[in-house]
Amino acid sequence: MNTSVMPQTIISTRLAKNFRRNIMERMIEFALLCSAAFAVFVTCAIVYVLVSEAIPFFQHVSIYDFLTDTVWTPNYSIKHYGIMALISGTLTTTFIALIVAVPLGTITAIYLSEFASHKVRETAKPILELLVGVPTVVFGYFALMLVTPLLQKIYPDLPLFNMLGAGIVMGIMIVPYIASLAEDSMRAVPMAMREGAYAMGATRFQTAIRVITPAAISGIIAAYILAISRAVGETMIVAIAAGQQPTFTFNPIEGAATITSYIVSVALGDLEHGGIGYQSIFAAGLTLLIMTLLLNILGHMIRKKYRERY
Amino acid sequence: MVKNKKQPAVIKDLESIRAMIRRHKRNDLIFAAVGMFVIASLTITLLVLFLDLILDGYPRFTLDFFTNYPSRKPEIAGILSAWVGSSLVLLVTFFVAVPLGIAAGVYLEEYAKKNWTSDIIEINVSNLAGVPSIIYGLLALGLFVYAFGLGQSILSAGLTLALLMLPIVIVSTREAIRAIPIHIREAAYAVGATKWQVVYDHVIQYSYGGILTGVIIGMARAIGETAPIITIGALTFIAFLPPTPVTVDPPFLNFEWLSSGFTVLPIQMFNWISRPQHAFHINAAATGAIIIILTALMNGAAIKLRYNIRKKIKW
Repeated sequence: MNTSVMPQTIISTRLAKNFRRNIMERMIEFALLCSAAFAVFVTCAIVYVLVSEAIPFFQHVSIYDFLTDTVWTPNYSIKHYGIMALISGTLTTTFIALIVAVPLGTITAIYLSEFASHKVRETAKPILELLVGVPTVVFGYFALMLVTPLLQKIYPDLPLFNMLGAGIVMGIMIVPYIASLAEDSMRAVPMAMREGAYAMGATRFQTAIRVITPAAISGIIAAYILAISRAVGETMIVAIAAGQQPTFTFNPIEGAATITSYIVSVALGDLEHGGIGYQSIFAAGLTLLIMTLLLNILGHMIRKKYRERY
Repeated sequence: MVKNKKQPAVIKDLESIRAMIRRHKRNDLIFAAVGMFVIASLTITLLVLFLDLILDGYPRFTLDFFTNYPSRKPEIAGILSAWVGSSLVLLVTFFVAVPLGIAAGVYLEEYAKKNWTSDIIEINVSNLAGVPSIIYGLLALGLFVYAFGLGQSILSAGLTLALLMLPIVIVSTREAIRAIPIHIREAAYAVGATKWQVVYDHVIQYSYGGILTGVIIGMARAIGETAPIITIGALTFIAFLPPTPVTVDPPFLNFEWLSSGFTVLPIQMFNWISRPQHAFHINAAATGAIIIILTALMNGAAIKLRYNIRKKIKW
């Protein structure tokens, strides 16, 4: 008697346990899905907040004026909202940064990938990572207190706040980004291609320039584009060292506000929630988001589309 | 010599070829030298940055500097409210970003099926890593500060930095999990473990080091992040401390500090840089030196940890 009942109860409790286990599993999976979906929520929230605060702004200021006017004077009695005054500063500092970072970053990448011994690479890469980890406010101090005084010795008329010093330091900041992304794509080029070039009698330099660089060009260009996006969104260096006066100028020895430093200068003051000044930083932020988004998408597309498949 | 006279063209050719080889070898050497020089100058830049801050700020490395509130007089101004604020903000950031980031990373690696939902999530994660930090500040200003009514509080700032840190934790979790071979999971399934048991008891345990690396790097970044916290309107002059999180009376924990006003180290530094007086710049340098030493130590620990993991683990 007992022997026939026993298995029955064991099976039923085991089934119950299974059921409980399945429910738990489902709940855990759902919780994990929610955490992952949180990323989507954040993206939607960014777009929603920027757009919903920018819409009332664009009811005051027509989009045409916003994009074509070259004067940005939200604090004066005659108000102008021409984003070009801010974009000019952003583009100038970014351009200077690229003049510094593209040669340095590319040379570093080629050297680390094709020339450096294992030991040099193992030492240099952590240094680059430490350089990435330096907070931007520290770079800003560096630009204002060290680089600008040095530049003033060469060119005495340089004002204390100028885009040149800020741009140069920003360039130093983005060198490691270009170097590590470009190096990754160069290292991905298969060894057989190098061996082929060496077998033909090419030097390391010839191999690097004529074989490896063309093969990795999509990754290298993507590295440049992502670096531009980094420079466009960089805030503290320009807020500290480039001055915060919105001026329509492409002259690097002048000071000017960028989109990001305008947002900082407004946020530092007393902000009336819902006022036009408050809304203007969201319009500026929306412009910045669109610029960086387009650059990031372009970078990813180039990397995907033109990637050589080995 | 006789031979040379017989075949002058070939010899001339040979010589020009030799000259070409010499030229190419020289170019090779020149580039190697240029490469070394660039890397050396980057290293020197980093060193100059460290030394400049430490030498400039050296006179302020006293105990008073850590125990004084900011002040109008630069000699007695300190960073008490700033380092307490930074610690509390990072506490919030840690407890929000780490569980969320690990959970999202685990989902994407272990659970997600290849369909459009997981594609959208992946695109979003890589996108968020590229959004400028000041945009997160605007999001926080519109959402946390006003829509949720959290105000310019430690909670708002901690949540903002958590959003910034999230992609870093997710990416490092995924990389760590991807490195675990499939047979570890198969062995656990074979003895009857459920999916969650496999993930929790094995996958997460073995990827612990890699996840920790990402968490440290993310926290190091959060310490130095300035722009988003300025954007939510953190005050630069705070001469009080938030209520203490731990009390002597039951229930021992007190959450009033979450809604307190605050300042953080990089904002204190930014504030001092913006003053015209040179004495404040010394304070800024000292604060900067503290920030850079903290971030360098954390990043260094993360790099070392990753190196050790790579060296040690052989499945």
